[in-house]
Amino acid sequence: MKKVGKNGKRKLEKAHLRLRVNGEEVEVAFAPHKTLLEVLREDLRLTGTKHGCELGECGCCAVLVDGRPVLSCLALGVAMEGHEVTTVEGMAVGTELHPLQQTFAELGAAQCGYCTPGILLTAKALLEHIPRPSRDEIKEALAGNLCRCTGYIKILEAVELAAARMAGEKAEPAKETIYGWE
Amino acid sequence: MLRLPKFRYLQPDSIGAAIRMMADNGPDAMFVAGGTDLYPNMKRRQQTPKVVIGLAQINDLRTTKGQLKDGVVLGANLTLSEVTDDSRIRHAYPAVARAAELISTPLLRNMGSIGGNLLLDTRCNYYDQNYEWRKAIHFCMKKDGDICWVAPSSPRCWAVQSSDCAPVMVAIGAKVKLVSSSGERMIPAAELYNDDGIRHLNKRPDELLTEIHLPAVNGWRATYWKLRRRGSFDFPVLGVAVSLKLSKDKTVEDSKIILGGVGSYPIEAATAEKIIAGKKLTEEIIREAAQAAYQPAKPLDNTDFAMTWRKEMARYYVAGTLRELAKL
Amino acid sequence: MAGNNGGKRSLRVVGKPFVKVDAKAKCIGELKFADDLFLPRMLHTKLLRSTVPHARIVHIDVSKAKAYPGVHAVLTGADLPPITYGALPVSEDEYPLAVGKVRMVGDPVAAVAAVDEDVATEALDLVAVEYEPLSVVTSIQDAYATAEPRIHEYGEFGNIHRRQAYEFGSIEAGFAEADYVREDITFYEGSTHLALEQHASLAQFSHDGKLTLWTSTQDMHYLHRHLAKVLQMPASHIRVIATPNGGGFGGKCDPFNHEIVVCKLAMVTGRPVKICLTREEVFYCHRGRHPVLMSTKTGYKKDGSITAMHHRTILDGGAYGGHGVASTFYTGILQPTTYKLPNYRFEAVRVFTNKAPCGPKRGHGTPQPRWAQEIQMDKIADQLGLDPAEMRKQHAIAPNSITANWIRIGTLSLRQCIDKVVAGSGWKDKFRKLAYGKGIGIACSAYMTGTQTPIYYNKLPHSGVQLKLDRSGGVCVFCGSAEIGQGSDSILAYIVAEVLGIDPFDIRVVTGDTDLTPVDLGSYSSRVTLMTGNAAIEAAERARHMLREAVAAKLEVPPERLSFADRRVFDSENPEKGVSFVDAVCLAEEKYGTLGTTGSYKPPAAPGKYKGATIGPSPAFSCTAAIAEVEVNPETGIIVVPRIWIAHDIGQAINPVLAVGQIEGCVYMGLGEALMEEMAYRGNRNLVHKFPSFLEYKSPTTLEMCDVITYLVEEPDANGPFGAKEVGQGPQLPVPPAIANAVYDAVGIRIDEVPITPDKVLKAIRAKAKGQEGRYGPSAFPTCPMPAAMVVPTPWQGGDGKALEGEPALTKK
Repeated sequence: MKKVGKNGKRKLEKAHLRLRVNGEEVEVAFAPHKTLLEVLREDLRLTGTKHGCELGECGCCAVLVDGRPVLSCLALGVAMEGHEVTTVEGMAVGTELHPLQQTFAELGAAQCGYCTPGILLTAKALLEHIPRPSRDEIKEALAGNLCRCTGYIKILEAVELAAARMAGEKAEPAKETIYGWE
Repeated sequence: MLRLPKFRYLQPDSIGAAIRMMADNGPDAMFVAGGTDLYPNMKRRQQTPKVVIGLAQINDLRTTKGQLKDGVVLGANLTLSEVTDDSRIRHAYPAVARAAELISTPLLRNMGSIGGNLLLDTRCNYYDQNYEWRKAIHFCMKKDGDICWVAPSSPRCWAVQSSDCAPVMVAIGAKVKLVSSSGERMIPAAELYNDDGIRHLNKRPDELLTEIHLPAVNGWRATYWKLRRRGSFDFPVLGVAVSLKLSKDKTVEDSKIILGGVGSYPIEAATAEKIIAGKKLTEEIIREAAQAAYQPAKPLDNTDFAMTWRKEMARYYVAGTLRELAKL
Repeated sequence: MAGNNGGKRSLRVVGKPFVKVDAKAKCIGELKFADDLFLPRMLHTKLLRSTVPHARIVHIDVSKAKAYPGVHAVLTGADLPPITYGALPVSEDEYPLAVGKVRMVGDPVAAVAAVDEDVATEALDLVAVEYEPLSVVTSIQDAYATAEPRIHEYGEFGNIHRRQAYEFGSIEAGFAEADYVREDITFYEGSTHLALEQHASLAQFSHDGKLTLWTSTQDMHYLHRHLAKVLQMPASHIRVIATPNGGGFGGKCDPFNHEIVVCKLAMVTGRPVKICLTREEVFYCHRGRHPVLMSTKTGYKKDGSITAMHHRTILDGGAYGGHGVASTFYTGILQPTTYKLPNYRFEAVRVFTNKAPCGPKRGHGTPQPRWAQEIQMDKIADQLGLDPAEMRKQHAIAPNSITANWIRIGTLSLRQCIDKVVAGSGWKDKFRKLAYGKGIGIACSAYMTGTQTPIYYNKLPHSGVQLKLDRSGGVCVFCGSAEIGQGSDSILAYIVAEVLGIDPFDIRVVTGDTDLTPVDLGSYSSRVTLMTGNAAIEAAERARHMLREAVAAKLEVPPERLSFADRRVFDSENPEKGVSFVDAVCLAEEKYGTLGTTGSYKPPAAPGKYKGATIGPSPAFSCTAAIAEVEVNPETGIIVVPRIWIAHDIGQAINPVLAVGQIEGCVYMGLGEALMEEMAYRGNRNLVHKFPSFLEYKSPTTLEMCDVITYLVEEPDANGPFGAKEVGQGPQLPVPPAIANAVYDAVGIRIDEVPITPDKVLKAIRAKAKGQEGRYGPSAFPTCPMPAAMVVPTPWQGGDGKALEGEPALTKK
């Protein structure tokens, strides 16, 4: 039940924190029971981070904390002090898209685009850990991110293409990926 | 958006501080490690602590200690990913690494802790629901109600032990250290669990699980098989942990066969253990043991899958684990 | 008629894998979905939902909630005009907030608008509702047996919502002609869309009396009409903006109670009001796949040709009408569009139950009958000793034909599709030749490209496009279509770019805004590419005509010699001679004044004239053949699907990479429905949804998804833009039956209901081992009194598309 003060007004009990988000220090005040997801979306207006269940059951809200993909719906904002948070808004460098963002766009790996931010960040962490993952390794890494549009195939192909390009190859998508099989 | 209820959040930086905070705040307080079990429960109003004591800043809970020859001590707040990625654990305790690796999703394993998994709340699809849903069935005895909807005539709660690591820890004879303001105690993992969906832990709420002691391997070999619908996300609807010690001629000297996900606690298949004791694991003995192990599995209709099928699968899974360990 | 250019042409944009116009915004987190919108002074809404499945509301007390600090308004049904709404005019049976009674757990009873969601949630606890329980209708059988109480006061009788009966030709004659007759009873379980984005809406009411609603809807136009009706406002004062949908699949087609409620709350409070549903609430919105019990009695000859079919369906509709009457038609009306079917009788019943309402999910009403027919085809081939792929090929419907129920089929390359998957999969080396436990199966389907008839009767265009061009050289396309991830915005840019010879990224696309964009009926029935595409062609061709005339005058060449390409307008006989596209627009603006063109599209009339003939016909039909490979563990019954080969006749891919993506998505959704997805309820526990969560409603992850080998078959259809036909729904249809047929090939058992779960497989395997029938599925088909069928002579009987005289009254208003 809500705490109500003597004059009938609700008590304000906000945490006032300095967080590092996408490489920038931001000062933000929010109620201490807010999740990182809520703080990012509602207090920092970084709405690129999505939500599908708020129970850790879909992967939409994945962000990177110190480079590791985690579920922002199950992390507290107040627990993020001293940690580096990366959201989808922090993936591109200036006007230069991250190779994953580029290949996801090229292959139509973002259909409705709602699971995309969580998947991009999870894949980014994967490629930093395993630069040239096998198809199975990509599937394992993305097994916590549900997508209902793509059947994941274009997503897996886009991760592979980005990995090849990040390794310096002038990779292009396979013909079958684009046009189907002959 | 489904949100957390309001609470006060405390962040102690030592075990001592954590148990003091707990002592100060009494039954209104709960510890939280990774949050992947508690926070969903709080959002569904299954648990509503007024004070949450976060353990993230306690470094002592995040270390791995000990030599393989004497056994390894895992800090309870190591994440499941850290346990899985630890090459020593993978090598010496593959069943532990395997169980941890099979939990939920990579995202969740980066948050959830090994200790948290051992203390995982029992699960039931009459209980793991939002407040409004539970209201629609007039609640159940595990929270806010007085009946068990899975077995309405039963005086007890049948929520299911759903930790993947618990059966493994029981099978390999791990011990856990519990610390509170009134002292500390070390108990075998098997004694941590009760056959009751509500009081499923022999642990007082004010006790903090700090360490998990894995015994020296000493010739034991263990494995873990998990049954679930999908390759990720899902809790086990059956988990079989088997630990064996074989003599040089492959005779079973000692064994533990533990079933998870089919009762409110990790169930020891003692009859099956007796059947294989002193025997070589032939196909025939394995079949006999699997048949015996299938008996104590008592799945009810409160998880995914048809319960009769889940019970059937105990036979197949026990046989599979034994075959794997016997290298048949 | 706007349409395809015919034959082989040199296309520069159409058929090329351009990046979607919104792809980068989606990949950098810039695209705003409904819940990403924040307005100053915005309030947040929560709905109090019924905790009982069927009850009279005796009393609601909201006084405590109203007095709660931070609460700005509390509404109940009494605060809204007593006006019902619903997707179809024949079943407008919903209130925004319950009036008098509740019909399911999850029905909204009261709404709170407060400063934040925490306060709104806390205030919900302060609303007291007293219910007087009514007996609960849990299932089809229950609905048949329960005359009273009725869930709704309208419908056929009791809890029967709708009955339909048609006979095309004579099944009696057809069965008499058959060498064999078999009847199969099958079941297709309900499933839900499970779009990742939870429904969200934001309403703003301005002081000049105008209302704006941003909402994640697929069908903005219909919603617009319902808002006007329920809120009793002129539609011209309401602006609906369809925000990009974070997944639709049919789940955001209906007008929803929460959309109306936030509008009303914005009007009452004078502040912007937002709602975002929880995942559990999304399960209550549902409108997903109907559970359908089917009996399919088919007469056939020794060569597998079908002489007659008597197909009966019963749909468990849930608590409301929604699109249900249309769904009911679709459980049978497209049955004659795949294989030659000379005589066809179709009877359907939809019942009301106290569960979340069903409606249109990808394939709307047709995956169920396809399932019934395609697993039966496999049994027929098996009995006759025929190769099921060859048999299907032999009896595939001919292109450019009219079916027994008067549906006109244009191009239909089903045979080519079968050839593709048969060759690609190595079918001939695998079928009935794989080791026990491994199997391969085939199934086919056809699907409509947009319905010929709008949801409410009118003679207006189905789709409109406006084009604005100005001296900057900029081209802006306006269309009322809703982008749900399928790429409908991009299609508009590609098509206009193709016609005007510019780059798609030269074009701005404005869609889904009732104030700014001309009406398009919405993203449903696979209509968008064909209808908006044709409207866009017309608008672009009109613009091209103006540019051509202006440039021709300037260059002094005959207008017909001018070509549009590479951002230039030039003499095709002397390409050096030309002007830039920007200059061409300036010349036209000089000549005609401010430039703007429109295009619109309405489907051609269908040949059927009987009552109900408007449901089923479509400007064009796609078709699909799929082969699935499975591995069945005979000791556990667990099925793994490693690979599916699928060939789809799309007419012409406007963008191949997006088309392939749609097919892969269809395979995914079909795989989920085949193996695990299930809307399950606790019939004996207040009929609650068994597991309204992402965790327990099982949908495939990366680890369950199969490999997909996709073939695009392109045989342009005269009615499609550049020949294009649908791809968003049809490819799902053959997937579940192909898997079931492969399971039979693997272990010799028939699973006649989805989902094909391991327990069912194991039961059938055990039964077979004991010498019993190796089958799992329904065995009884309950009957209900049916009206006499409307009898319609077929084209080959010399019919004229009308029913015989003495047509029975089938449709009660």
